[in-house]
Amino acid sequence: MYTQGLDSLGKDCLRDEAQDIGRLEQRFQARIDAEEKIEPKGWMPEAYRRTLIRQISQHAHSEIVGMLPEGNWITRAPSLLRKSILIAKVQDEGGHGAYLYSAAETLGVSRDELIGQLLEGKAKYSSIFNYPTPTWADIGAIGWLVDGAAIMNQIPLCRCSYGPYARAMVRICKEESFHQRQGYEIMLRLSRGTPPQKEMAQQALNRWWWPSLMMFGPSDAESKHSAQSMRWKIKRFSNDELRQKFVDFTVPQAEFLGLAVPDPALSWDEAAQHYRFGAIDWSEFEQVLKGHGPCNRERLEARRRAHDEGRWVRDAAVAHASKQAAKEKSRAA
Amino acid sequence: MTPHCRYVLRLADTSLILAQRLGEWIGHAPAIEEDLGLANVSLDLLGQARMLLSYAAELEGRGRSEDDLAYLREESEFLNATLVEQPNGDFGQTIVRQFLIDAWQLELYEWLQESKDPRLAEIAAKAVKETRYHLRYSAGWLVRLGDGTEVSHARVQDALERLWPFTGELFAADAVDHEVAQAGIGPAPESLLPGWSARIGAVLSGSRLAVPPTTPFGWHGKRGQHSEHLGHVLAEMQSLHRAHPGAIW
Repeated sequence: MYTQGLDSLGKDCLRDEAQDIGRLEQRFQARIDAEEKIEPKGWMPEAYRRTLIRQISQHAHSEIVGMLPEGNWITRAPSLLRKSILIAKVQDEGGHGAYLYSAAETLGVSRDELIGQLLEGKAKYSSIFNYPTPTWADIGAIGWLVDGAAIMNQIPLCRCSYGPYARAMVRICKEESFHQRQGYEIMLRLSRGTPPQKEMAQQALNRWWWPSLMMFGPSDAESKHSAQSMRWKIKRFSNDELRQKFVDFTVPQAEFLGLAVPDPALSWDEAAQHYRFGAIDWSEFEQVLKGHGPCNRERLEARRRAHDEGRWVRDAAVAHASKQAAKEKSRAA
Repeated sequence: MTPHCRYVLRLADTSLILAQRLGEWIGHAPAIEEDLGLANVSLDLLGQARMLLSYAAELEGRGRSEDDLAYLREESEFLNATLVEQPNGDFGQTIVRQFLIDAWQLELYEWLQESKDPRLAEIAAKAVKETRYHLRYSAGWLVRLGDGTEVSHARVQDALERLWPFTGELFAADAVDHEVAQAGIGPAPESLLPGWSARIGAVLSGSRLAVPPTTPFGWHGKRGQHSEHLGHVLAEMQSLHRAHPGAIW
């Protein structure tokens, strides 16, 4: 229903393409301004399509690569309850990946193609997953901070202008908020536990605090995609706004845990009603982005290994399916 | 420990160790759908293990919890079938192991639904539904791999031959089995064999796979005599818990 007007206009396009593309773009923007959803079969500017494919596939890759640092603790989870929660959580991340690849496919690109880009090292995924999880507390910190930051980023995406992405995000955000709570609960148990447990929690906070702030991306002045994405309502808040919101939300939680946020410059600004925090070391972010983070190589290698070692399995499934189809055909003939 | 309690522990440990093995796969499977599928099966088995371990702890009456039993017992105190502690190998080997156990657990839980032990009957009633799904998953993959390509066929045939010797234990009765069978708590293990063989045979013939010959050597994981692999599984599984005695997680 949303696309009717544009589709009929599309047929008229042949007369004067340049002029009509201008008109299409105007009408497209008008629909976005009116908060209508853009659907797969409707007309969209090529740059909008490309931006979404980039963003959704990066998001999908992040979910899939993100299974690795947490999967690292499935076999060693310290209680059976924690083990089942962690398996369910990592499984959710895999589900999000599958769901998001499907959303990207509505834009005319295949999952195989996107996964190929990831494995060739051409596609990005969230840098945060290039950090290691040496202790159980890292599983708590990931849930609390990384999923917490992801929620800040993703809740506005539920109102993203592209329908399939927006709808996928509704479900994903629900699950992420469960993940955030389970992470915080792990941290709470640790911080109320034995001295070594509390120390484990503090060390994990020290490791994950700054990388979590970097998850919101470069500051607004430096962010190259932001302005256009805001106009298209793919993005609703700036990186810096979301980062501030995260800090304001998270610092009191750290205080409740009795853990120290590793930022000597952190202070409450009464007038602004915000926490002020220290300067982010963007050179670290750049390095991790360029592939020099602690686990970049390992993460990609793990994905490639799973892909390569699984090839015979996927080949067999395809071969079996085509044999079955041939049998069906000869039966029908 | 009574035969009743030992019997429940055997069931619990078989589910627990298999859940642990499947957990190793998550994030490394041949396709995202298989990450999800294996995680599902692992979660179900872990759920069964937790119910059974809690029940075994009650029967034991020493005030131990499911976690005490999972994390603080020694290797020789684990009573799982030797089959489930075998390494994952490739996806084909994991699927064959799963298929052999699923078909057995389905026969077992169908019987246990009618057990004279109401707790066990209750647990079995839940587990039987899960196990039907597990068997559909593993049998589906076994057919695809057996029928798919020459490579996949050879790999799963090899896995079948590798794992077949561990199946004898599932149907060989010992004193514990005799006691629980007599009390109507559990089935006579050998009584599950015809149903199991029929299920296995139907799937294998549909996937051009041959049933391996039965070998004379018997494994006895359910009596606490394990292969070389369980020690490693436990070392990993129990490491963090044991490093912090008495801690709450």
